[in-house]
Amino acid sequence: MNHITNRLQFWAGMKVGVPVAVGYIPIAIAFGLLARAAGIPNSITILMSFLIYAGASQFIGVNLLVLGASYSEIILATFILNLRHFLMTTALSQKLEDQVSKTWRSLLAFGITDETFTVSALQNEKKMSKYFILGLNTIAFSSWNIGTWLGLFFALSIPDVVKASMGIALYAMFIGLLIPDMKKSRPVLVISCLAIVTNSLFSWLPIFADLSNGWSIILATIISATIGAYIYPEGEEEV
Amino acid sequence: MTLVYLVIAMAIVTYIPRMLPLVLLQNVSLPSCVNRFMEFIPYAALGALIFPGVLHSTGDNHLESAIMGCIVAILLALFRCNLILVVLGGITGAFIVNVLI
Repeated sequence: MNHITNRLQFWAGMKVGVPVAVGYIPIAIAFGLLARAAGIPNSITILMSFLIYAGASQFIGVNLLVLGASYSEIILATFILNLRHFLMTTALSQKLEDQVSKTWRSLLAFGITDETFTVSALQNEKKMSKYFILGLNTIAFSSWNIGTWLGLFFALSIPDVVKASMGIALYAMFIGLLIPDMKKSRPVLVISCLAIVTNSLFSWLPIFADLSNGWSIILATIISATIGAYIYPEGEEEV
Repeated sequence: MTLVYLVIAMAIVTYIPRMLPLVLLQNVSLPSCVNRFMEFIPYAALGALIFPGVLHSTGDNHLESAIMGCIVAILLALFRCNLILVVLGGITGAFIVNVLI
């Protein structure tokens, strides 16, 4: 019985992961192409997608390599860029079933990205099964790696206009995730708009010119969620 | 060969922020205001992840196609379409403008 439930959870996770997988393909293709054009050996590119498995970090890594940055600079930039995952996995740690072991948690952690986090965080269940997250991670990770291979070996034939248009895929997914909850809940509407405004200010105001994208997103997220927790304390309004 | 070490180091600094909270905060119950903050993190993160990043998503100097893709995605999402449809609609919207311009 339990065995069947686990399998169902795994498939449910795969199913909600389909939009993530669709969104990853074009970006991973673009990554494969860029890395190849930059003269990175194919084996290293494949290893990056397999071990690092983080779009923004991999792009920045290749860019910095091309610019001749030192390894320590690249490692530091990668770390800073990924600090936002501290926030996300902290939030997720409260939604995962309590009995999930530390070994399982460290395994599942490898698959947490902006996309798998937001998709799982917006599921209605109070507590999530490890098999659900495993299914979600599996489909997203496979798609990222397959996309990288496609970019390395097959993508030269894809027209530029198609590649450029596909760049919007993950943003469209984020929009599709956010809008229904914005309609339903006033706190969600207020907080996400706050985050948009704050992040725009960080991105566009000249005094914040030195703030990297990674830090802008982290700060905008913390500021908006803090204001949200202050104006909508627990128990007042359901999210 | 040294590139392999770089990749491994990048993998480690990417993995640490993903792993530490998930493993260390097991069975830690946070105070209610922190919980509320955590509940809002996904929505705040989504807002910040979408904008203004989306404006450059279809390449530099392709603002029009990004805006069109956004509009299509927003409309489909407002009508509660399936997430895959929202993604495909966004791509199609951006594609049409990219072809026309």
